[in-house]
Amino acid sequence: MLAYYLRLGFRSLRRNPVLTVLMVLAIGVGVASSMTTYAVFRAVSANPIPERSSQLFVPAIDVWGPKARANGRQLPDMLTYTDAMALMRAHKAQHQAAIYPVSYTVIPQDVSREPFAVKGDATYGEFFPMFDAPFAYGNGWDASQDDAHAAVVVISSHLNQQLFAGANSVGRTIRLDDHDYRIVGVLADWNPQPRFYDVNVYSNTFSGAPDFFLPFTRAIDLQSETNGNDSCYGSEGRKPGWQGWVQSDCIWISFWVQLPDAAAVQAYTTFLQGYAAEQKRAGRFDWLPEVKLFGFRPWMDFEQVVPPETRISLLLSLGFLFVCLVNTVGLLLAKFLRRAGEIGVRRALGASRREIILQFLAEATMVGITGGVAGLLFTGAGVLGVGMVFEPDVAKLAHIDASLVALTMAVALVATVGAAFYPTWRAARVQPAWQLKSN
Amino acid sequence: MQIKPVLAALRYHKAGSLLIAMQIALTLAIVCNALFIIHARMAHLSEPSGVDEDRVLVVENQWAGKPDTDTIASRMAADLVALKTMPGVVNAYATNAYPLRGGGMSYGIGLVPDKLKYIAQTAIYFADDNTLPTLGLKLVAGRNFRPDEIGLMDAHGNLQPAVVIITAELAKALFADGDAIGKMVYVSAKPSIVIGVVELMHIPWTQSPMMKWEWNSTLVPFRQLVGYTDYMVRTQPGQVDAVAAHVRGTLFAENRMRVIAADDGIQTYAQVRDRAYANDRGMATLMGVISLALLTVTAAGIVGLASFWVGQRRKQIGVRRALGATQHDILSYFLTENLLIAVGGVVVGGVLAIGLNLWLMKQFEMDRLGAGYVLAGIVALLLLGQCAVFAPALRASRVPPVEATRSV
Repeated sequence: MLAYYLRLGFRSLRRNPVLTVLMVLAIGVGVASSMTTYAVFRAVSANPIPERSSQLFVPAIDVWGPKARANGRQLPDMLTYTDAMALMRAHKAQHQAAIYPVSYTVIPQDVSREPFAVKGDATYGEFFPMFDAPFAYGNGWDASQDDAHAAVVVISSHLNQQLFAGANSVGRTIRLDDHDYRIVGVLADWNPQPRFYDVNVYSNTFSGAPDFFLPFTRAIDLQSETNGNDSCYGSEGRKPGWQGWVQSDCIWISFWVQLPDAAAVQAYTTFLQGYAAEQKRAGRFDWLPEVKLFGFRPWMDFEQVVPPETRISLLLSLGFLFVCLVNTVGLLLAKFLRRAGEIGVRRALGASRREIILQFLAEATMVGITGGVAGLLFTGAGVLGVGMVFEPDVAKLAHIDASLVALTMAVALVATVGAAFYPTWRAARVQPAWQLKSN
Repeated sequence: MQIKPVLAALRYHKAGSLLIAMQIALTLAIVCNALFIIHARMAHLSEPSGVDEDRVLVVENQWAGKPDTDTIASRMAADLVALKTMPGVVNAYATNAYPLRGGGMSYGIGLVPDKLKYIAQTAIYFADDNTLPTLGLKLVAGRNFRPDEIGLMDAHGNLQPAVVIITAELAKALFADGDAIGKMVYVSAKPSIVIGVVELMHIPWTQSPMMKWEWNSTLVPFRQLVGYTDYMVRTQPGQVDAVAAHVRGTLFAENRMRVIAADDGIQTYAQVRDRAYANDRGMATLMGVISLALLTVTAAGIVGLASFWVGQRRKQIGVRRALGATQHDILSYFLTENLLIAVGGVVVGGVLAIGLNLWLMKQFEMDRLGAGYVLAGIVALLLLGQCAVFAPALRASRVPPVEATRSV
């Protein structure tokens, strides 16, 4: 019987084609706009490291003091060189790594080729195990190489492709700016989006993967400038020169720690509080600096990684979908009640209310399925056109996959059937006697 | 037209009327806010940068192989000579940033050495005596930098300019009367004398948190000797594209030890502006598309339901016609009915629009919605309703009186 109702429903769609097309288009457009903006939102708010994120934390230390906060500054979201080094030395977490972005140039031996720029991060060997970075060849470097300020480098699969045509390049040498580095590892394709580990120092959160990683200690030796943000605050400004800068209260370093369980989190918090108190005692601050240990999600929120545009768009699109559904309720009501006579006849011939309800819900299902198919087509077009609305780095993250297709169909179907409840109920309440009499 | 009988009839199709009113209310709420966002973003888009944009070209250059500061200084000087002697080029200078660039340097600026007591935030632009003529900045008071005032500065040198040029907006923020010439300001612990005031120069950023001080710019007389150098090139009228095509070759002929990105290393100001406001344009586009789609869907919904009502009431219409109602009476009956429903919808919608705006303000740091938007939205939706209902109403008015005698 249900199959029969579905067939009936399909036939009824063709009975008033204008009304049907209106309904299907409204559902299709409403679902598609929501799904397109959702595809973008999903991409930018995704957890890039789901297996590990619950163990990852970011320490923050209020080196600028409560006065800066009263002036409208937020808690410093990066560390000073002094504090980053102190936390690295203390080594109180399972893994910890200071990170800052650098940019170097590569001068090809083939003189007909122009020099090109490569972007990377200066960090510690613990970076790789902490973030579960996968290697195609070789490995990261170890603590002794950090201590030795070793001239070693881990390169991305992309740079490996560019320079060595994808071959195992471990042990070979590359020249970055004016120094040689020995390649110890080649990463597999690894580009977590958003690039959570340096969202605070790097303005481009959704960019391509870094080309290389090298020891932080080495980059400092070479006085490599940060390629990211550098914020200073204080009444006198810093002293001139590189030394003046690294000793200043300027913040420019990202810092991550891995803490496997609640006890470790508690211990690390206590350690940070102790560190802050000790710095005050040593006379560095005349206030007790607030310390904070951000979890992964709170950190992403604090840094406002999700562009507000994507959120507003999603919300307004959902509002649009809702209006489309109200519209569908109205049109279905018109469509169903126009057939009051037919319902009257069926009821008089013995169909129960239940049967009527089934029949009309089946018809709504057909509308929903057709609307979903239209929605899928529009969503496809929407995702292709998303580059006109969002910046390219964000737009290219939006893609259609099986889950989005399923979700589109499900939303269209559930929404339409949901919208059909009231019109169906009204249809089921049609009094057969009335209809028969007036015909 | 009497309203009472229309109201009485409305009671017999409450659900449909409510649905349309609700749809109108929601549409109004969303469209008002969407229009407001569009307007805010478009206003943003068309803001001047202060730069004579048709004539200026940007070259973003990175030095290869980490040359020392002396080498950078001499290469920069050689580059500037090469650029200025290019056919079609009028002038050029080297800097760290330019309006709408998207990244740069900002300082607090005040009237005392204590940096914590700054009065305003300002963008810092490294400049020389060619900056004003190259960008076409209008000097409204004082004078330009002299060649002998231009110093050199390395990456971590302290920024302590003896003289500065500031924008009129910044002068107003610092001095009540806006007269800054010859006065001392502090971006460092040492005073800087304001020697010139330019009419307008936008900061490098276009994001909303910085828009509170978007016209606060300070020009400092230094060449910055770091890994990156931006060249600003002024061309003859209409020569921007020709110079853009050759500038890369000219610079590489001068020296190969540099990186100029293939995709965005050389940009006309039109491209700079496009990139800086891509987000704003995108939001305006999206909001526009959603608003149009919403209005269409709502109009279609009204057409659909009104047609249904007309079909349902053919008999009654026939009776009324038979009893002497004119075609015009029937037409205005349906128009009035729609107007009543729509008025109910826009009243609720107006409240919803303001509510939605208050919520968006809290969530996304948006401004307050002007009453004008709500009024315009109300008028637009009332008109939309009347237009949408017109065709079904016209059909109703053509129902012949003889319909009254059929099938009773």
